[in-house]
Amino acid sequence: MADFKEFLETNSMINSQNLDVRTITMGISLLDCIDNDIEKLCNNIYTKITTKALNLVEVGKQIEREYGIPIVNKRISVTPIALIGAAACKGPEDFVKIAKALDDSAKATGVNFIGGYSALCSKGMTKADNDLINSIPEALAVTERVCSSINVASTKHGINMDAVALLGRKIKEAAVKTAHGDSYGCSKLVVFCNAPDDNPFMAGAFCGVTEADCVINVGVSGPGVVKKALEEAKGQSFEGLCETIKKAAFKITRVGQLVAKEAAERLNASFGIVDLSLAPTPAVGDSVAEILEEIGVSTAGAPGTTFALAILNDQVKKGGVMASSFVGGLSGAFIPVSEDHGMIEAVEKGALTLEKLEAMTCVCSVGLDMIAIPGDTEDTTISGIIADEMAIGMVNQKTTAVRIIPVIGKKVGDMANFGGLLGYAPVMPVNKFSCAALIERGGRVPAPIHSFKN
Amino acid sequence: MKKAIITVVGKDKVGIIAGICTFLAKEHVNILDITQTIVDGYFNMMMVVDLAGMVGNFNELQSELGKLGEGLGVMASVQLEEIFERMHRL
Repeated sequence: MADFKEFLETNSMINSQNLDVRTITMGISLLDCIDNDIEKLCNNIYTKITTKALNLVEVGKQIEREYGIPIVNKRISVTPIALIGAAACKGPEDFVKIAKALDDSAKATGVNFIGGYSALCSKGMTKADNDLINSIPEALAVTERVCSSINVASTKHGINMDAVALLGRKIKEAAVKTAHGDSYGCSKLVVFCNAPDDNPFMAGAFCGVTEADCVINVGVSGPGVVKKALEEAKGQSFEGLCETIKKAAFKITRVGQLVAKEAAERLNASFGIVDLSLAPTPAVGDSVAEILEEIGVSTAGAPGTTFALAILNDQVKKGGVMASSFVGGLSGAFIPVSEDHGMIEAVEKGALTLEKLEAMTCVCSVGLDMIAIPGDTEDTTISGIIADEMAIGMVNQKTTAVRIIPVIGKKVGDMANFGGLLGYAPVMPVNKFSCAALIERGGRVPAPIHSFKN
Repeated sequence: MKKAIITVVGKDKVGIIAGICTFLAKEHVNILDITQTIVDGYFNMMMVVDLAGMVGNFNELQSELGKLGEGLGVMASVQLEEIFERMHRL
């Protein structure tokens, strides 16, 4: 029996509430590309990516046409390049050659981002990890679509404070190298704790070594759908509120599951996971901050915001888990500042501070995301912000991350514009007191007591 | 059977249903169910159709239907039914 009400509901989610599939990300293992000759390695990488992802964009567009659901981004993630380049790269400059090969492959296949310029060094750094991290500022400046992520901490292994200190310096260098464009280089670099192997979202996506040779991961979105559902549940108690969010999340995720299965089949790849994230965009009606306001805080950042976010995150997971056969990635609510107009406004009003955002990362699925800070922020202060966030992830056994942009030449209150998908953000104040002595200690933090589960 | 949903929305005038149905018959698309209302002069129609015997392919049907809609001054689109079924049914 046809239910026309259901057709109307789905189409109104798509047409007026910004429901979309945020990304189809093809994970490609590059382990079989390894060679000790850098030129051969780059050729192998280019050939494998352009072969596997040849039809990725076209298949994405076809699914979009057939089901009438926008698929905003088609992307690629690859095996962490520190592993792939270890045998061939003599120094950071060789890693930059691989970054260029990745960029060329992204352009040839038509994807807008390629992730996996990454190193996993939560316990220690190999020479290759060290060289790759040192190459990041140059690699992000000379490429357009390459995204980089470094896992420097985990609940199982502790925190690599040498890597945290090094990344504080590299983030600043990346900012300087792209100073002409509001230091946009840093918007393509994420520092992780407990990074997932199957994250489809940029800039933190990479294809973990636990993955199959070619895998499709899909990130759904739909903050607008949740907000609309909550508008209709006005005045209800938390029981009603939670039920409403769960139902909306279920419906959103079912679409993700359909798209992921179709895409995997048509691209001859394994179906990886659906990432149940509420990923905002700068568009009105596509904002996580608006959902928090609908729950009952007058603006994001007001007392009660962490509480509201915790509820939202938990209900999204509960609703989504049953809707997909495989759930993974980051799965939860994203709270990027530059990509969410409600967050931007909250910062401009003085309601939302860096410290409140840090508290919010304790209960959301990502971390300090797309935050612009003054360009003259000390390297060690950036490392200190990273260390705080890594500690939150390590102790709470969750993924956390830092994507922070010291905007060279800009001060608190100025606006930084990163262009296109990356949005714009007001430069936020950073605590002026130093943590240099803490960062200079170096070494690594032992794994927390609750890592010993054997 | 390959079910799809056709949605037609726009300002009401003579011949919208006739135009769409004639086109579907020519394309060998079978109509299974129709609902149609007019709210404040705006025409709103949804059809459940079967594409199993259609003459061309889905992309051609979609593009032709879109052009026909433009000619009639309405928005006409077609989507596979599976997206609705997956979202609302266990």
